[in-house]
Amino acid sequence: MRIAIKMAFKNLIGAGLRTWLNVSVLAFCFIIIVFYNGFLNGWQEQGRLDAKNWEYGNGQLFHADFDPYDVFTIKNSHGTLSEAESENLTPVLIQQATVYPNGRMNPTIIKGIPLDQDVINLPINLLTKSDANLPVLIGERMAQSINVGKGDNILLRWRDRNGTYDATNITIAEIFDSNVTTIYNGQIWMPIEILRQMTRLTNEATMYIANEQYQPSQVDGWEFHNLTELLKDFDSAVQAERIGSMIVYSILLALGLLAVFDTQVLSIFRRQREIGTYIALGMTRQQVMKIFTIEGGMYSVFAGVVGLIIGAPLFYYTSSQGINIGRSIEGMGVHLSDIIYPIYGATLIIGTFFVLVFSATLVSFIPARKISTLNPVNALKGKVQ
Amino acid sequence: MSEKIISTENLVKRYPEGEGWFTALNNISLTFEKGEFAGVVGPSGSGKTTLLNIIGSLDTPTEGSATVMGKKISDLSHTQAAQLRNLNIGFIFQVYNLLPVYTVFENVEFALILQNRSASERKKKVMQALEWVGLENMANKRPSKLSGGEGQRVAIARAMVKEPELVLADEPTANLDATNAHAIIQTMKNLNKELNTTFLFSTHDEKVMQYLNRLVHLEDGEVAEDEIIKQTENKIV
Repeated sequence: MRIAIKMAFKNLIGAGLRTWLNVSVLAFCFIIIVFYNGFLNGWQEQGRLDAKNWEYGNGQLFHADFDPYDVFTIKNSHGTLSEAESENLTPVLIQQATVYPNGRMNPTIIKGIPLDQDVINLPINLLTKSDANLPVLIGERMAQSINVGKGDNILLRWRDRNGTYDATNITIAEIFDSNVTTIYNGQIWMPIEILRQMTRLTNEATMYIANEQYQPSQVDGWEFHNLTELLKDFDSAVQAERIGSMIVYSILLALGLLAVFDTQVLSIFRRQREIGTYIALGMTRQQVMKIFTIEGGMYSVFAGVVGLIIGAPLFYYTSSQGINIGRSIEGMGVHLSDIIYPIYGATLIIGTFFVLVFSATLVSFIPARKISTLNPVNALKGKVQ
Repeated sequence: MSEKIISTENLVKRYPEGEGWFTALNNISLTFEKGEFAGVVGPSGSGKTTLLNIIGSLDTPTEGSATVMGKKISDLSHTQAAQLRNLNIGFIFQVYNLLPVYTVFENVEFALILQNRSASERKKKVMQALEWVGLENMANKRPSKLSGGEGQRVAIARAMVKEPELVLADEPTANLDATNAHAIIQTMKNLNKELNTTFLFSTHDEKVMQYLNRLVHLEDGEVAEDEIIKQTENKIV
């Protein structure tokens, strides 16, 4: 094996430009695969962290009737926990409402949370500084979508627990920014006590957000969802993206491997005399086949090394400085930071390297099999068709 | 009594040609003994190379038998045939067939690597083989930097470095000028005398023939004449 590796190495180095062209194509594939997977890893890691810090805390306790995907469940999904049951939990009351910015009607969700909460990053405490009669907090992108700014007054209409409509002017006291779309999309945040008064839902909440100390226990009429459950959709979205991107990798890799395959097929024709000479000197056909297969696999080893040398500065720069993707993908409905910091783990790099080596070795083996049936006399004469 | 190294009995080799068969060798019965410096001569297409290929275990007979160093060629598996070539047979080709990415040293060393010889032994033997052919100063050159004569001498060194019992040389001087051809054959003749290696040539080159001790004339795949030559002196033309 050592001899075969040594010979394959020499043959590849000796082949000069042909080798480096193949290596370049494979190295490009390697860099793209590592880069994009690193990007997805970074996105997933950041997305999970952002979702935890901005929305989910250490898990959420939902009222049994509350379904976050069904707005029609909101109206009757509220209840009260005892003081003991609500230890380490922050209440959130959710109600449907309508705002009329500039006379246009916008259905919205109104959420109340204690002003002194610190379980999520939502800067609700900023409202304490406001002198407005009914100060509220909205997300920057929500403000853009309904075209309002800080200090603007807009009409809010809601229904209380008896179904009676009521309306008042609210003041956009503060605007916050977050990467977590589900914390601001179509939502208005206000102090929970005010919302409870507006809706006459005294001491009630739709859900509770758990802090780090919370120990889940069975509470009648409520269901606890841990972070894994809450992030299931996000993880699925990333997974779907991964699968989608695999199609792109496969095409890229197929192009790179096609170059290796093509080179190997040509090699067997171009190097017939060499093959014949190996056999005449005492090598078995299987040994020669092994050399050609290793040569193909070695393209990918070179590609991995070249890819790492060229890609290392790129990987380092992007992982430390991040990639600014702006807000162009906001509509995806998943948590996506403006700046993504890719994560290039050893598993990703080594895994990609082995996939590359395995596939290149495999596509080299296919044409190399021809050597096992090759007539050495014809090979020496260069007559193999 | 001399040791029999090659024997063929009623050897026939046919190749498919169109709808029928082409007979390249027909009923060849020959014996070569150790230390012979012999040649199979004849015009192109007479079957010289085919005979050498069968003796070299690169090909197999269609009928009859060929026995080389006690081994019947048609009975050998691919691996056994490779082992026979590796340990006992050296090849010299018309177009040298040097491996272009290796240096002269590495080309010669290759035969010993296949025999799993140690690095120190390889180095010693390669330098010795290069000395035999007068190329000890060109060990680090690539084949592309060598002249035709030098290239063929490297091929001889590669064939001889493992000190095989039999060397098969297929038209070794076909691509060389007269001076180089004589020098090459003289080198081989010297090695034949020094190491008692059996040389079997396939040639139609008069320059080679004058050095040979035995000429087997092939015509249309059949032995036309088997001529033993008593040589007293070789002329350099």
